[in-house]
Amino acid sequence: MEQPLLSVSDLYIKFSLRGRVLTAIRGASLDLYAGETLAIVGESGSGKTVLTKSFVGMLDANGWVDAGFIRFAGQDLAKYRGDGQWRTIRGKKIAMVFQDPMTALNPLRTVGLQIKETVELHTPLRGMAAKNRAIELLAQVGIAQPEQRYHQYPHEFSGGMRQRVVIAIAMSCSPQILICDEPTTALDVTIQAQILDLIRQLQAEYNLTVIYITHDLGVVANVASRVAVMYAGEIVECGQSREIFYNAQHPYTWALLSSLPQLGIKGQPLFSIQGTPPNLFAEIKGDAYAPRNPYALEIDFVKRPPCFQVSPTHYARTWLLDERAPRIDPPEAIKHLRAKFVEGAACR
Amino acid sequence: MPIEREVLMEVKNLRVEFKGGSKKPFVAVDDVSFKIYRGETFGLVGESGSGKTSIGRAMVRINEVAGGEILFKGQRINGLISRELDREVTQKIQMIFQDPMASLNERAKVDYIVAEGLYNTKAYQSEAERKAMVSQALLAVGLLPEFASRFPHEFSGGQRQRIGVARALVMQPEFIIADEPISSLDVSIRAQVLNLLSELQQQRSLTYMFIAHDLSVVRFITDRVAVINRGQLVELADTEELFANPLHPYTRSLLSAVPIPDPALEQAKVIIPYDPLGHDYAVHKPLWVEVTPKHFVLGNAAEIKEYRQRLA
Repeated sequence: MEQPLLSVSDLYIKFSLRGRVLTAIRGASLDLYAGETLAIVGESGSGKTVLTKSFVGMLDANGWVDAGFIRFAGQDLAKYRGDGQWRTIRGKKIAMVFQDPMTALNPLRTVGLQIKETVELHTPLRGMAAKNRAIELLAQVGIAQPEQRYHQYPHEFSGGMRQRVVIAIAMSCSPQILICDEPTTALDVTIQAQILDLIRQLQAEYNLTVIYITHDLGVVANVASRVAVMYAGEIVECGQSREIFYNAQHPYTWALLSSLPQLGIKGQPLFSIQGTPPNLFAEIKGDAYAPRNPYALEIDFVKRPPCFQVSPTHYARTWLLDERAPRIDPPEAIKHLRAKFVEGAACR
Repeated sequence: MPIEREVLMEVKNLRVEFKGGSKKPFVAVDDVSFKIYRGETFGLVGESGSGKTSIGRAMVRINEVAGGEILFKGQRINGLISRELDREVTQKIQMIFQDPMASLNERAKVDYIVAEGLYNTKAYQSEAERKAMVSQALLAVGLLPEFASRFPHEFSGGQRQRIGVARALVMQPEFIIADEPISSLDVSIRAQVLNLLSELQQQRSLTYMFIAHDLSVVRFITDRVAVINRGQLVELADTEELFANPLHPYTRSLLSAVPIPDPALEQAKVIIPYDPLGHDYAVHKPLWVEVTPKHFVLGNAAEIKEYRQRLA
């Protein structure tokens, strides 16, 4: 089997908050393969951002990796301490694009200087050479008249253009891995499609590996070759995109798919997940999703389910896959997902 | 559906301008007209900068109107109006804002946030009555009355948006403008807030105007949809009709960009680009025409002819 580019195993990340300890990531394991596009989905607070921030050493000061490994290029990133060490990885090998381009850019400096700054910091280019490289990057992310645009401030750019600038900064050192944290949430659908296309194009050109963090399953369907579903700090299901959309095994994945407004029937309430996510300050016993899970078995409240392999590329953490478990069919609503959307799309 | 429906809200030739210094004013909304009937959910869809929020804000009288009229139950409510009407409108028309993280006063307790409108209109006799009204509003949106003594930061995004809904409900409104009420929420919480809004609509026979750019949600929740582009309405129809037979090229482009949560379909989908220069309006000016009953579209004579042919 192919060697993973980056491999996370049994990772625990904790934060200390007002004297109490919160466990944000609870034994997450994940492999990332070169050239693929992995989407991490889950509700807010499920730990998707924290997990990826730990790949670039950007955890908040009160957070730390408590146990586990992050193997990348023969090193264990979980052992990295201090900015000096991280700078060899962050930006250079693994770059990140944030949700809101409005806050990611410095409003007081021209767009060009902000790109040039990154170029000078990470490459041997200086002065004019760095400037030319910055203009080249602007052109590459599809900004017209890059020479003029170089001297403009972020407020002179539209939301979509600003996100292109952020992507240009991320690409300035030709990273191997690009992490996109909700890159299109703040954008309109038409602009969203353009940004997703741009990332896809850069990916092909530079043989990039891309991680998308999103809660928009439409975006996932568009970009992902593999999908990891997170809940309460662990990866509950992971598989090829088609395996997750058409053959989901974990009740939480079922619930996520069922709450899509596209599946709603007018005049009837939309499916929604009952209850609230678990308190991460407390120790979680058994399956974290069990209290909200209508299909929960007794053992779910006692013992944490192991990873069950569904196919060589697909696994899920749910006792339902144990051979002793009763056979439970996924909810009717998501069974004929494809047929429903075909019908919806045919209207257009 | 009865033929004669009561028009609750009417916007006639609305124009909204923003003036910046000595420069020429920027026209955010230009000659927009539509009616909203009692009890329906009306959707207003467009991309950012299209003017959809400006219309909503003009209807709650946050934005000044540069031209045209806004009528509530047949009475003009923009510009100078009598004090009684002003009070009635302040109470009967409420708004729910987009970002529950930004729209709640961080320094005020939930009790004050929900009751602020009551304080302003003095719509209560005693402190006990005011407290009771706040508790009722909180219960109606699925929060506990005890939450009144807490601050917004103690709540999750979904709960905060419920507070935003409670603040509108406490005024006993008839018409609620919801400006992207769920776009900053998670998928699972979205469903909860949408369910809450439609439950409240049934219980209290509310009328909604739902401003959004997420068309999948619009399709689920609205009865009629208007599409706006660059300050002008380009198409208006019953929701299912609009999704089945989009006529204006901008509507078609917008619909083609909606993400489909299915890998096979999403990756095969073709996005139709919209070119505003594709219209030949030099000689024949576009008109707002009812091509089939209740289906309006903006176009000049030649375009309308083409649209009619497409429908036939």
